[in-house]
Amino acid sequence: MPQVFHRSSNSIARLSIIGAAVTAALIGAIVYIVARSPLATGQHVPPAQPVPFSHAHHSGGDGIDCRYCHQSAEYSAVAGVPPTETCVNCHKQIWLNSPNLRPVRESERTGQPIQWVKVHDLPDFVYFNHSIHIKKGVGCSTCHGEVNRMQLTWQVAPLNMGWCVECHSQPERFVRPRSEIYNMQWQPPANQLELGRRLVDEYDIQKKVYCDTCHR
Amino acid sequence: MSIRSRSYDLWLKLFGTGQRDARQTGGGLNRLAVGVLAVALLFVSACASNHRDQPYYEAQDPSAFFPDGKADRPLPPNTVPQGQLRLDEHLYQGTSNGRPVNTFPFPVTAQVLQRGQQQYNAHCVPCHGFAGNGDGMIVRRGYSRPTSYHDERLRNESLSHYYDVIVNGYGAMPSYADQVYPRDRWAIIAYIRALQLSQNANVRDLPAEDQELLNHPPTPAAGDEGEGEEGGH
Repeated sequence: MPQVFHRSSNSIARLSIIGAAVTAALIGAIVYIVARSPLATGQHVPPAQPVPFSHAHHSGGDGIDCRYCHQSAEYSAVAGVPPTETCVNCHKQIWLNSPNLRPVRESERTGQPIQWVKVHDLPDFVYFNHSIHIKKGVGCSTCHGEVNRMQLTWQVAPLNMGWCVECHSQPERFVRPRSEIYNMQWQPPANQLELGRRLVDEYDIQKKVYCDTCHR
Repeated sequence: MSIRSRSYDLWLKLFGTGQRDARQTGGGLNRLAVGVLAVALLFVSACASNHRDQPYYEAQDPSAFFPDGKADRPLPPNTVPQGQLRLDEHLYQGTSNGRPVNTFPFPVTAQVLQRGQQQYNAHCVPCHGFAGNGDGMIVRRGYSRPTSYHDERLRNESLSHYYDVIVNGYGAMPSYADQVYPRDRWAIIAYIRALQLSQNANVRDLPAEDQELLNHPPTPAAGDEGEGEEGGH
């Protein structure tokens, strides 16, 4: 009876076993890398907004404090996009005829809110509260970057779980004094670890790496 | 939601085709391949939906259901949220039996003044300026210039007047009731009083050691003392 398979089939069989393993690992690696890349997390790309609002102009140039518009960050879970009334506080007198501000005037006239596009959108299975982070010494720029230098607003941090847990497991690397929370240009000092450990103690910062801290 | 139903449609279509093929060709292999594909597709759909966007409203979400387009609902008329009864007229209305007051509803401590400074710098400085002269950045950009806090009339106004202006606005100034919360309003008023004092202080009112410092200023060697102040805002 003639042989069904040629002798070379042995080598091909061995190679294909190795090849299958390598291919599987490669696909896994690509999925892992792409899922954590800015392509998947949506970092660094400002979404189109109904009004091309510039934090660089309002906060960086005019020196308006974060809390003028986002005062609820200090008290509640959400920092809050300000209502049209807050824009109108100043824009009832300045830049009245700017075509860029047409949606603001329209919104004020009709009472229909401006539909801003959310830049930092956490998955719906994540609980997040701004006020506790501010109380424990996490500055705005730690997560949002130097917003007061952004012409249009984009997401700086990946906002994935690994990124959250990095700080939740080692807060001393990231926390700052409460007096510096709204300083967008704050940089960790050379002795950050020493400072961080002192603040962790002083502000009673707990590590909070339990599932139900964020997944409630 | 839509992704899931779409993949379910696809799955039905594929599965249906597989059955027809099986009847026509009589081969089980075809049906197996379609089954495997269908299971794989289910995984794809699970990846894509992933509970990332669940069908509930988040704060400030838009809504097609309500005429004003907002998912956030205003309070129904004649209701009071729990914990917001606000019976303390002094703290919440800035008056006592409807008459103006010149006292604070809580003791003004250094902490209150510090809070007042932060809140003043966040909400008032754009127009009133850091020293309260009315030369803030928005005024320099063309907004009506407010009266200086160091003006004789404002120096003599009661605390109630300031509280009323924060809540109801005055002249070109809009209401800040939604942006500044009651206790912070009082903290801001305390800080405004401190600003007024700072511009009209008498040297003799200073403690002895500060007078000494004023008469014999330290040599510029201690040059970094100014930087500590920056962190205040």
